[in-house]
Formats: sequence, C-alpha cells, structure tokens
Amino acid sequence: MSLKIDMTVEVGATTVSVDIDAPAGQVTALLGPNGAGKTTVLRCVAGNVAIDDGVIALGDTILDRPPDTFVAPPRRGVGIVYQDHLLLPHLDALDNVAFGPRCHGRSRSEARAIAAQSLERLGVGALARARPGTLSGGEAQRVAIARALASDPNVLLLDEPLGALDAGTRTEVRRDLGAFLASFAGPAILVTHDPIDALALADRVVILEHGTVTQTGTVAEITSHPASRYVADLIGTNLLRGRGHGTTITTSSGATLTAADPLDGPVLVTIAPNAIALHRSEPEGSSRNRWPTTVLHIDGFGDRTRVQLGPPIALVAEITAAAARDLNLFVGDAVWISVKATEIAAYAD
Amino acid sequence: MATVTIAFFALPLLALMQRARWSTLWSDLTTGPALDALRLSVACAAAATALSLVFGTPLAWVLARTRMRGRRLVRALVLLPMILPPVVGGVALLAAFSLNSPLGGWLHDALDIQLTFSPAAVIMAQTFVAMPFYVITVEGALSHVDPRFEDVAGTLGAGPLAVFRKVTLPLIAPSVAAGAVLAFARALGEFGATVTFAGNIAGRTQTLPLAVYLRLEADPPAAIALSFVLVAVAVFALVSMRGHWFRT
Repeated sequence: MSLKIDMTVEVGATTVSVDIDAPAGQVTALLGPNGAGKTTVLRCVAGNVAIDDGVIALGDTILDRPPDTFVAPPRRGVGIVYQDHLLLPHLDALDNVAFGPRCHGRSRSEARAIAAQSLERLGVGALARARPGTLSGGEAQRVAIARALASDPNVLLLDEPLGALDAGTRTEVRRDLGAFLASFAGPAILVTHDPIDALALADRVVILEHGTVTQTGTVAEITSHPASRYVADLIGTNLLRGRGHGTTITTSSGATLTAADPLDGPVLVTIAPNAIALHRSEPEGSSRNRWPTTVLHIDGFGDRTRVQLGPPIALVAEITAAAARDLNLFVGDAVWISVKATEIAAYAD
Repeated sequence: MATVTIAFFALPLLALMQRARWSTLWSDLTTGPALDALRLSVACAAAATALSLVFGTPLAWVLARTRMRGRRLVRALVLLPMILPPVVGGVALLAAFSLNSPLGGWLHDALDIQLTFSPAAVIMAQTFVAMPFYVITVEGALSHVDPRFEDVAGTLGAGPLAVFRKVTLPLIAPSVAAGAVLAFARALGEFGATVTFAGNIAGRTQTLPLAVYLRLEADPPAAIALSFVLVAVAVFALVSMRGHWFRT
C-alpha cells in the first residue's frame, strides 16, 4: 500500500502544495529549509491538519479528500515520532508504549506484553519502569520509536527523529532505526536536514522548498545531480560507504582513502565537494589522497562549477567558475584530484 | 519602608493570636451554632469547588484552545467577579434569581424552587465568586501544554475524550489541584455575595465568615476562634500554591 499525498493546504501565510508518492517498504526522505512545509505535510498525513484541496490516500483507502472524506487521526493507523520524543511525563516507558495498544482495545496485561516486546526490539527493555524524565535523549527516542511501533502502524512518519541527539548517540540510534525501517512493510516518511541520515535511512529523497517539491529522486541521483544551488549546498555532498581499518578506508567500489582519524568497521564517508582540488598534472604537496581520473560532466551554478568525476571513485568536485576557466576543463579530460585526509569525514555505519 | 510594610501585614495576625482565649478555643469551636456554621461552610464550599471543576474545566479548555469568536469577551465576563465587590455580585444574583425577577419567579411558580435564602443560594454565591480563580489557573496551564502531546495520542488511537482524560488532564493535574484549592479557600471565605443573596439564617445560610461577623459583638473570643479556622485554610491554600502562583 503506497501512500499518495497530492495536497494543497494553507497554513498561516504559506501555501503548501505537493504531490508525493511514498512507496510501501521504502523510506522517503523529505528535505528542505525551515518553513518549507515538511512538518505540515506530516501533520496532514497524520490528520492533525485537514487539507484544503487534493487527496491523501493509503492504497485504496482515502484518508482525506475534501469536502467529503476526512478520517480522524485515531483511525488512520499512522505512527509518528518527533524530534523531541513527546513521551507522556506521567507514565513510565512501558505504559507510554502500551498507550497505543490500550487505545485499540487491548487489555492492560496484553498491552503491556506488546509494549515490553516493542521496547525489547529497540534495545530498551530494561528501562520499562523508568519515567521519561530520567531517560537520556537516545533512550527516550528509542522508547518513542517503540511507542510508534507498538500500535502496528500502516504508515510511519519520522520528524527529525535524530535531530536532538548528540553525535555518538545519533550514530547508534540511526543504526537501530535503520534496522527497524528495513523490516517495516509500509511507507515511511523521514524529515531530516542531515544528508548522512538520508543516505543511511532513505531510499528516495523529495526536496521541498517554499511549499513545493523542487526535486525528487534516489539518494544517489540527488546528491550527484542537485537541481539547484540550494539542493547542492544542502545535500550535494559526496557520500560513500566502506570499511575502515585504522585510518585507511576501503570504499565499496574497492578504492582506498586515507582519513585523519582511525575508525574500524563499516563506515559512512562524506567528502565536501569544495574540499576536492583539481589539477591538470600530478599535484605536488602533502595531500595523502590523490589519483588521476576523468571529467564526466560539468554543471555551472553561477559563480560555482560542479565537476563530476569518474572511476576509481565517483565524486563531485565544486570549484569556482574562475578556477574552472583557468583549468580549461572539458568533458572527457584527464585530471588529477587531491583531498586532504582531514577532509575525509567518516562515521560508524 | 519594607519593615513598615511587613509589620502592617504581620501585626493583625499577631494581634489575633494575642487576643485569642486559648483555654476555651476548642469549646468555642465545638458549640452547636459554631459547628453548624463550620459544617455548612465546608459543605457549601466543597459543592462550589465541585461545580467549579465540572463547569470550569470545559470553559478553561474553550478559552485556552479554541479560536472561538468573542473569546476575549467571555474571559472578561468570567474574570469580572474576581475584581467586582462581592456585595455587588450578591445584588446581581438577587436581581437575576429573587422571587421578583422573571427567572426566580418562574422557578418558584413552575417548579416550586426558591433559591434565595437557601443553602443553594450560598453555593451559587460562592461559585460565582470562586470559579474564576479555578478557570484562570486551569486556562493558564492548558495554554502551556504542547498540543503535539495530544496529537501524538490521537495518532496512537485515542479519541478526543480519551485524549483529554489520559493526556491533557494528567498534564495539567497540578494546576487543577491548585485551582481547586484556591477556589475552595475563596468560597469558604465568601461574605458579601452570600449575605446579600442568601441572607444570614443560622443553620441554613449562616457560613463561617457570617458567624464571625455576627459574634464579634456578643462573644469576641468565639469570633476569633472561628477566624483561626479561616486562617488555617488560607495558610493551607498558600502552601498548596507554592511554586505555582508565586515562588518561595
């Protein structure tokens, strides 16, 4: 059952008008600047805001189609997780998670059994009797995810679920959330600012700006071909997967990179496009990452030029238009690239 | 200056304790008429508090959560009794519900109900004066509850009533309790509206403050003894309010 969101709604001074299809079993990331309407889209899907025009449907079930159909939030089967977990402070973790099953008519003991199972799945079974106020950010967010899961939702909405967590916790919760999303059969929508979250968790990306969709595609398509300067800045970075052995990283394509800080095991790597230098001949100097490659494509964005590079590692470099003129680059040219080890940002995957 | 001010507030309380006839305090409180006034006061104030809870909570919700037209006007109307002289409230209640008024006359003729000079009038006068304290406390609490708590509960399958009962009410419970204590204390101390609308009939409409006033001439120590009960309730209310209406 895919989720179809073809809606127009006016919220305050902004009009949000989007057409998004979120396929079942996939995670669709919604990216955009603050005020672009990302959260409004989620609130409309959850039923907390009624749309003015259009239709929101899950498979054949119409959830909202003015003026005749509006399914109230409790009957939509939508699970939602906010950045700030919003656990009920007067209930312990177990009863927070049991809230959904209780509302769906389960007995107290049945609901608690479901809740305990759900907490266990998120690795926080031991915290069942803890009050939200005593939980760390990561723990609280796991409980919040367990709560959304315990109601057996048809659709999952994640509004910056990792946004409030510190870097270390973020990596762990991201990994567990990823494992959970991989097994989730329905459509999931993830609102995020972080390209790492998008690469790690999402299958598809929808870019939202000023209330409208400006670009849609797979994560690889969007990061390598951003349609606008804004998208390029937001998510147009180089994202790679690989495995770390000390400061050496072997990418999934078999190439090796040298990072400044050691990291072992599976890693996600980002390289900012403007950290990649291009040269006509083998560069002098101390850059530990350098290799010859070919120019596949050149895009101009005003005073910046994005250059797509071929094997051994598909990368995008961003240089100034002046530098591009000096290099006199054309598609098919052979060039050398260099990247400092300190510009190789690696995260445990 | 501050010392003078503190003395101004402290002195009357100290004088009250100094003038008290401690040896007969207990017997003064447990005489028949005193007990009657005490019982009537507590029962009526409890009833006024219950009415405030039942009718004030939905009103506080409407004021805090809806964009209803005329909301400001309604709030002003409800809060007016807080600053209106209570005796004026009593006169207004008389105008609305006395036997000479259309509504009061109809109640009497059609249903054989006379409100004036009855315990029901005491409860009405107390509710009129006390409920605004409850409404304003709970409205303030409601407007500070993040509505997304309720949204999340809704997506988890809770209908509007279940959301209110299981989410909203527990979140504002401390303010509901504080508002109720405040309303109870205000109802218990009600004088002006009560004496005007309900009269001063011993055993029927004579509440504690009325008994204190009446006894001041004839039996000052008894009046002071009854005053202590009211002071105790006020102190209890203050302690309950701690960190709520003010910091200590």
